[in-house]
Amino acid sequence: MPNYQASVLVSLRASVLDPAGEATRSAAKGLGIQGIKRLRIGKSISLELDAPNEAEALRRVELLADRLLANPVIEDWSLDLKPAPSSL
Amino acid sequence: MSIGVVVFPGSNCDRDVRWATEGCLGLPTKFLWHETRDLSGLDAIVLPGGFSYGDYLRCGAIARFAPVLQSLVDFVDRGGNVLGICNGFQILTELGLLPGALTRNKGLHFVCDDVELKVISSRSNWFCNCTSGEVLSLPIAHGEGCYQCNVETLKRLEDEDSIALRYLNNPNGSISDIAGITNAKGNVLGLMPHPERACDPLTGGLDGKKILQSLIN
Repeated sequence: MPNYQASVLVSLRASVLDPAGEATRSAAKGLGIQGIKRLRIGKSISLELDAPNEAEALRRVELLADRLLANPVIEDWSLDLKPAPSSL
Repeated sequence: MSIGVVVFPGSNCDRDVRWATEGCLGLPTKFLWHETRDLSGLDAIVLPGGFSYGDYLRCGAIARFAPVLQSLVDFVDRGGNVLGICNGFQILTELGLLPGALTRNKGLHFVCDDVELKVISSRSNWFCNCTSGEVLSLPIAHGEGCYQCNVETLKRLEDEDSIALRYLNNPNGSISDIAGITNAKGNVLGLMPHPERACDPLTGGLDGKKILQSLIN
């Protein structure tokens, strides 16, 4: 069975406060790095899965992202899926 | 009349709730392990504070899939009273029984303090022992209590009279100073403050009794 690897990026919606991102932006100034206008913190989730084909792999990871990895009330997600190097 | 207190791996206020309901109020109370599906004979269920399943991913995100919570959804549909305190409130939003989400405190710090709260909603039975507009003093202890929702949801909460309590001095950045809300039907209440820690004069006031007494109304 083909093996796939996926990366899901979860980010806070633009309208949601991100105090940790603001604190990090402020710390960047302390490091002397100028010009950072916006800094938002999210999560990156890497996973590998077995699925019969790419469309089915995509369906499963989309379901996972939408129902568990992200809370759609406050977060958006995007994903990248490709065959795992070992299965090529 | 019997109350169930759900125990998740990582709950840490379960025994405090039982002490308050059984020890201070004399209400028969039993613990419900997160793997049980049997809620028979119970009149009200409390989801206590703590860090269920380590709060991995998001607060309450993993707890949402516990077997006991699948039965809880049916319990709510049948009109049973459910109170979620702190982590319990976070779980109720993840589960979709209450709208919105609880996020990191605006000031980033974990806040442990006594706060003053105004009773807003008089629609549900939860505050039948309080007068509308009464000010209660209850402890809070959380790092992720900033209630957020979109403007449509906020308007709906206001129109439905579902905002239960508001902070007099907002400690965490919650929208509209919200400290607790109910569902549309009124049988589910989520609170960031801890009423169970204010049921014994030795440990911090008695205002919590007014809320916990209403579990069995």
